[in-house]
Amino acid sequence: MTVADVLMIALGAVAIGAGALVVTSTHLVRSGLYLVISLGAIAGLYLVLGAELVAWVQILVYVGAVVVLLLFAVMLTRAPIGPSPDLDRPIGPSALVGAGVGLGLAALFADAFRWIEYPRGDPGTAERVGAEIFGTWVLPFEVLSILLLSALVGAIVLSRPDIGRRSGQPNGPPDPTEMQTVEAAEEVPS
Amino acid sequence: MHVTIPYVIAAALFGLGVYGVVRRRNAILVLMAVELMLNAVNLILVTADVSLRSALKGVPGEAWAAPNSQAGSGGVVALFVIVLAAAEVGVGLAIVLQYYRVRKAVALDEIPLAEEVAE
Repeated sequence: MTVADVLMIALGAVAIGAGALVVTSTHLVRSGLYLVISLGAIAGLYLVLGAELVAWVQILVYVGAVVVLLLFAVMLTRAPIGPSPDLDRPIGPSALVGAGVGLGLAALFADAFRWIEYPRGDPGTAERVGAEIFGTWVLPFEVLSILLLSALVGAIVLSRPDIGRRSGQPNGPPDPTEMQTVEAAEEVPS
Repeated sequence: MHVTIPYVIAAALFGLGVYGVVRRRNAILVLMAVELMLNAVNLILVTADVSLRSALKGVPGEAWAAPNSQAGSGGVVALFVIVLAAAEVGVGLAIVLQYYRVRKAVALDEIPLAEEVAE
């Protein structure tokens, strides 16, 4: 039981506890803030494991961008400030499925790796990760840039319904009070 | 260090994510649970980077990709997964907001099926 082990157990307890609160909290906003704690603890785990660059990218991208985006979505869908009682389905088999997946994977990993001591590798600094990305993984890296561009364009097209519709529709603009999607409104025979 | 600890932590986080995806009704909360699952996978990738790099010392890794590279690119794949998660959450939230604009609701089990729309 080294210092790294104790640190990993403590950070893992924080991550799992905050993760459990993410999936059980009745406040939408608190759920997002618990997600910040959980992701931050996972970034600490990356630091203990020696992956420095991944830890800082995790803080930058997840805590800095993704959670802010999720909180913006909570705000834009006019979520109530207080607790919302109707956030969950009736429990049904969901606890069974979740516990089964978690415990099954945990048993699999514990059986595969046992209690073997591994030496700490050299840290994953920006220099080493950069050499890996632009050496071995340069083609997936370029493909990923195209994927990010297409995701950007897709998000813009999705959130602006006036882009996808053809001009000169016989239906005219759909009534905003009408509870129908744009696609359904186009299919209605006039 | 004992790599079993982060592996078990990742398994527990993945189980929590599955539970959240099955249980939650709000689409944004489902996306948050998906983020938990992606983070569990990232943790497994980084841990595998450490453990396999030290276990495969001297063994040439990824011979199919580049014969001269060292074993252990888990950190790089973890970075790729982070980028994919950012793209996923961008498109997913665009869909959720568009649905909210049309229906004024984000409850996943109240989304009507196709035949109900066609009426």
